[in-house]
Parts: sequence; C-alpha cells; structure tokens
Amino acid sequence: MGTASLTDSPLDPTPLLAQVSTPDRGALVLFLGTVRDHHRGRSVAFLTYSAYRPMALARLERIVADLEADGTVRAAIVHRLGEVPVGEASVAIAASSAHREAAYEASRTALERLKREVPIWKRERYADGEEVWREEEPLGEVEEPAPLETTR
Amino acid sequence: MPQPPTEIRVQVQGFASAGDALGRERRVVTLPAGSTVADLKARLTRDFPDLEPLWPRLAVAVGGDLAGPGDPVPDGAEVALLPPVSGG
Repeated sequence: MGTASLTDSPLDPTPLLAQVSTPDRGALVLFLGTVRDHHRGRSVAFLTYSAYRPMALARLERIVADLEADGTVRAAIVHRLGEVPVGEASVAIAASSAHREAAYEASRTALERLKREVPIWKRERYADGEEVWREEEPLGEVEEPAPLETTR
Repeated sequence: MPQPPTEIRVQVQGFASAGDALGRERRVVTLPAGSTVADLKARLTRDFPDLEPLWPRLAVAVGGDLAGPGDPVPDGAEVALLPPVSGG
C-alpha cells in the first residue's frame, strides 16, 4: 500500500515514486503542485501551509485507501507544511497502474479530493507584505469514491 | 459509584481565520454536562466575538469527525474550528 504523509521539509518525489513502483504496474504518474508567483494578478512572495494534522493525515490516508481499494492502483501522497517558497512543491501525488488510464484518473482524483476533504490551509504572503488566508472549499464529509468504470 | 460530572472540559483549536479569532493556542472551555456543539458555539462567540462573522463558513470537528450543532460534546473532547480549506 502507498502512504499518505505530511512533512515540514522540501518534497522529494523519488521515494514517493518508489512507493508506487511495482513490476506489474507499467504506468507511473507524478503530480507536483508548486507555489506560483502570482494570484489574481498580485505578486506572491511565498505561501505558508498549516493543517489540523491528525485529521488531515487521516483524510489523506482515506483518499489513498479508496484509490487502492480494488487493487488496480497504487497511490502515495505527501503534503508539505510551513513556509513554501515560490517554485517549490507543496504537494506531490504518485499513482501507478498496469495501464495508464487508471493511473491518470487516480492522480486527478487524489488532488480533487484533497482540495475538498483535507483540513489544510494556505496563507499567501504578497510582495507588498499583506498576508491573506485562502479559504476556498467548505470542508464536508469524505466523498464516497465513484464505482470503477475503466477497464483494468 | 462516582457521580457523573456536572461540568465538562473541552479543548478548542481554531485554524486559519478561526485561529486568528481564537488565538493560536488551544483553549480549554468548561461547559455544563450534556452541552452540544451549538452550546459550545454560543460560549465561544461570547468569549471571542471575532468568531461571530465566521460561523456561517466554519465546519466543526469533534474528535476529528465533523459534527453538527445538535451533536453532543463529550468531556475531554478535542474540538476544531475549520474554515473552508485550501490545500494542494
């Protein structure tokens, strides 16, 4: 099984890819979300991420478990917390499957669910010194995964 | 037989803008036994008026699970005030 984790250090994709790499899975997809230098036309200096850690970890683990439930996909997620400079990754998602369709889908689903279900917040520091919490997706119940439709 | 407690103590932590309103540290709140999430909200609003405009956007977790206004708050519970999220 792949893992879910939180870290206060810069992300390293290599061990994440190793987690999902198995000889029977020929497609590996890596997603990195990195800090952009702008938001709605304003220049961003850096982001600071915080989390309700126990619940965030539990919900990330639930996402991985749901993605892996039928044995097709292996997935791993790590989210960075604390200050993340422009250009550095705040989240990394690795997903693998025998054929590429399921891996692409799992990578997308992992991020979409993370953005809706996991108690993590980013605070933007703009170039002019202002700091703003981004509060975007109301936190709801864990979403039940859709039935698998793609072929293995 | 020990008497059931007439008061309960819970720890409350706010995140993002709720953390700004509540202060960053965990707050210990003492409430009558049998209090609900709604009772806790009323007490927190009284003690931290900056929370008032935030409530419509806040989710409340008790022990790491989302809770509604009518849900009980157990003695010793960890309560978290959770604005809309922005991870990733």
